[in-house]
Amino acid sequence: MEYEAVIGLEVHVQLRTKSKMFTDAPYYFGAEPNTLTDPVVWALPGVLPVLNFEAIRKSIKAGMLLNCDIPEVAKWDRKNYFYPDSPKNYQLSQYDQPLCLNGGVEIELAGADRASMGAHRTVKLTRIHLEEDVGKLTHFANDSLVDFNRAGTPLIEIVSEPDLFSADEAFAYLCSLRDSLVFADISDCDMEKGQMRCDANISVRPKGEHKLGVKVEIKNMNSMSSVKAGIEYEIRRQTDAILKGQKIVQETRRWDAELGITQSMRGKENAHDYRYFPDPDLMPVMISQELKASIRKELPALPFDLQRKYMQDYGLPYSCTSVLCHERELAEYFEECVKHTKNAHAAANYIVNDILRELGALSASGERRAAVSQSGISAKNLAGLVNEIDAGVISKQMAKDVFAEMFKSGRSAAAIIEEKGLRQNSDSGEIESFCLEALKGNQKAIDEFKAGNVKAINALVGPVMKLSKGKANPAMVLETLKKLIK
Amino acid sequence: MTEDIFFKSIRELAALLGSKEISAQELAKAYIARTSKLDPKLGAFLFADEALALEGAKRSDARRARNESLGVLDGIPLGLKDVLALENQPLTCASKILENYKSPYTATSVKNLEDAGAVFWGRLNLDEFAMGSSCENSAYKPARNPWDLERIPGGSSGGSAAAVAAGLCAAALGSDTGGSIRQPASHCGIVGLKPTYGLVSRYGLAAFASSLDQVGPFGRCVEDAAILLGAISSYDRKDSTSLKVQKTDYLAALSEGGLKGKKVGVPKEYFPTGIDKEVRAAVEKSIETCAKLGAEIVEISLPHTELAIPVYYIIATAEASSNLARYDGIRYTHRSAEASDITDLYYKSRAEGFGPEVKRRIILGSYVLSSGYYDAYYLRAQKVRTLIRRDFENAFAAGVDVIATPTSPTCAFKLGEKVSDPLSMYLSDIFTINVNLAGLPALSLPCGLSGGGLPIGLHLIGKPLDEKNLLSAAYAFEKSGNLACAKPAFANIEKF
Repeated sequence: MEYEAVIGLEVHVQLRTKSKMFTDAPYYFGAEPNTLTDPVVWALPGVLPVLNFEAIRKSIKAGMLLNCDIPEVAKWDRKNYFYPDSPKNYQLSQYDQPLCLNGGVEIELAGADRASMGAHRTVKLTRIHLEEDVGKLTHFANDSLVDFNRAGTPLIEIVSEPDLFSADEAFAYLCSLRDSLVFADISDCDMEKGQMRCDANISVRPKGEHKLGVKVEIKNMNSMSSVKAGIEYEIRRQTDAILKGQKIVQETRRWDAELGITQSMRGKENAHDYRYFPDPDLMPVMISQELKASIRKELPALPFDLQRKYMQDYGLPYSCTSVLCHERELAEYFEECVKHTKNAHAAANYIVNDILRELGALSASGERRAAVSQSGISAKNLAGLVNEIDAGVISKQMAKDVFAEMFKSGRSAAAIIEEKGLRQNSDSGEIESFCLEALKGNQKAIDEFKAGNVKAINALVGPVMKLSKGKANPAMVLETLKKLIK
Repeated sequence: MTEDIFFKSIRELAALLGSKEISAQELAKAYIARTSKLDPKLGAFLFADEALALEGAKRSDARRARNESLGVLDGIPLGLKDVLALENQPLTCASKILENYKSPYTATSVKNLEDAGAVFWGRLNLDEFAMGSSCENSAYKPARNPWDLERIPGGSSGGSAAAVAAGLCAAALGSDTGGSIRQPASHCGIVGLKPTYGLVSRYGLAAFASSLDQVGPFGRCVEDAAILLGAISSYDRKDSTSLKVQKTDYLAALSEGGLKGKKVGVPKEYFPTGIDKEVRAAVEKSIETCAKLGAEIVEISLPHTELAIPVYYIIATAEASSNLARYDGIRYTHRSAEASDITDLYYKSRAEGFGPEVKRRIILGSYVLSSGYYDAYYLRAQKVRTLIRRDFENAFAAGVDVIATPTSPTCAFKLGEKVSDPLSMYLSDIFTINVNLAGLPALSLPCGLSGGGLPIGLHLIGKPLDEKNLLSAAYAFEKSGNLACAKPAFANIEKF
């Protein structure tokens, strides 16, 4: 019998806000331990939570981006459990009235090859709710230390339906979610920094069966590759167990990235009773039509939508759009470019190849690639360069130097061409005289060309370019040479 | 300086300060001396910072010398129930679990008093975490009733009531979750007011039950309560349940409304057979007084009254079980030296740090929120709470301005009398609890003495945010008698 896996993901995403969820204390990554705190973060006697409205806006924005229904009222609940990283020993969360309901995440499955687009499908979401993050524990031989810097930072939990059927699909889902949320400036979604965390509920059932199998929750998958490997392992483990006639027990398991296996953490009987109840310190959030309208105005197009648009409107190849639409800044840079040039294709190629290469060189290895805003070449100037080439003012060969100079100096292509006298020579009289000069003493090449070796003409182009100090219009040179040989 | 100074109203003290007959420093010194003499027997204070009081008084005198007095409260020594945060001062909640804790910040209500120039004198005793009706649940020592030291002062704000009644501070702040201001005020023969939920910021009040807690004043007369309420009430963005209402001058409004032409509702459910005869007689006589002062007396019904106790002990304990979870031995509370691992650390720190009544309520609250019981207890209690609130709404909609009841079914009982019987202890809040469940303002003021010389309190309940008329009615009643600023037996320092 064939078996299939059914996967639901719970993805926690840290919202990018200046201050914490329920207090003015700031938050950023990498501060000295326990410095981003105040009486509210420490949960001292008498403190009360005050809602950070920016977190509400960003959560609703995430929901709108993912086509969720946004209710009129959302409320806050306390999730009670004791753990040293939780200062109040309850977490403010949303139990039965979250900020976003339903919705879906469009995913792309692998295509036939890198150059072709794969199949697309929308994975159903259950809900998105907003809650506060906990601190961080570090364990030593005899002690454990806790850092409350992260405690109380806003976190959204995006819960999918059991609507994913392989580790690859789960991986594609995470990629799409990350790209969309980063695109909309909701989060930086860096899994290594804990800005995005993923737990998976996995069950296995005979193919064709509608009823779900016994579900196992997998935790501690701390990178994109861990998610894929962890899910792959767990599907295999469950399938093997079923094939051996064993029963799957409902439990929570922990992915061990070093050993490459999942291990039981706790069984169903040890599941927490969180004693949820409505938080009496916070008022329910009323979500007005005006608020929704104002957030809707800030919504960017989603990466997949942009990709389709670029392929259709500009005829860009799929592989090129995959790079452009991976990052909002790049896409915006491209769109600015095409305001100033008709040759979108050339502009896109310049961005994807040359600009990204130079940006990569700006940052040390292992570091995040420099942003396109750090490029010396503005979108308008890049369009200018493309236009100079298209107008025949400079050759593609000359353009390489111009590009390098532009990136370094931030000046326009026209200014550099003018200053360095790089303007291509398209004077037919002069070119003809360079060609006649080059033909002298190159009888071997002439004979070979006449004998049908088309490439032999290249041996003649070199001397012409040399005579013209590299400025002769290459297309005109070729044409003139051919004419003269005949 | 005669003993009389300790029984003057805030306005009288302010006049003495204003005319320079006495300085704030002299006043503070007088209270300090009196407290150190009397409090060892009374037990109203958990901690008293003489230097803090003297510094505050010195600053007040300096302001007055520059003609920059901040008003009627400038230089007045006030006590704070030890659940209200004041920067650099202990905040124990009368619990061992916070024994060595000092607050790094000041509560909004306290800050408001500080801004009005008040001098802080003492951290006042209470039932641990405000859970109790007798002040016997203090982890440090019981407070006693200045009218009879064998008796309880009431609770949970027993220390505040006893200190004001005995003249150890001019007035005080307490907190009221189910009657914790009004019941001790009644037992100690002073005025205690619980404001409308949301009128006074809860920021800096160590939470017991968040949806019921309110900070409020104790004064030796209605006027003092009005002055303090005016000072502490303010919209506070740090408390999301704080109401955005205009500042009211309660003092100026005292003589505006009175009782003339007012409809006073008397709920029949508040005069059950179990009530003490002397209490009943005093309250009935008080209602007659209201009639004489021009009020129309109407009998009303608040049919869900008897459900108050069960509903309260579900909602309050549920919230408390969660609110008190932060006292865990990890960051700033008592940590057991015996713990072997994290679970053990939680168990032992809390077992050592909390007293029996607090534990009882945490267990009860955790139980009613447990999966499988939530709907039957917590959810149902919330529904009944709505019915209780509706009872009051109906009464007020029918034209009632103020509701009059006894504050407590009995006078102050003896220490130890009810300690082993939590249920009978819980019943002493039966007339005050519904007001918290409905979020209404209410006050207790003296309305007579029992044959044994114990104070009896009249409980007046007002419409939401109608403190102005509530205080004005109480003021009219108070003026008709001579019970304001009464001196309890214990006030006579020579006798003890």
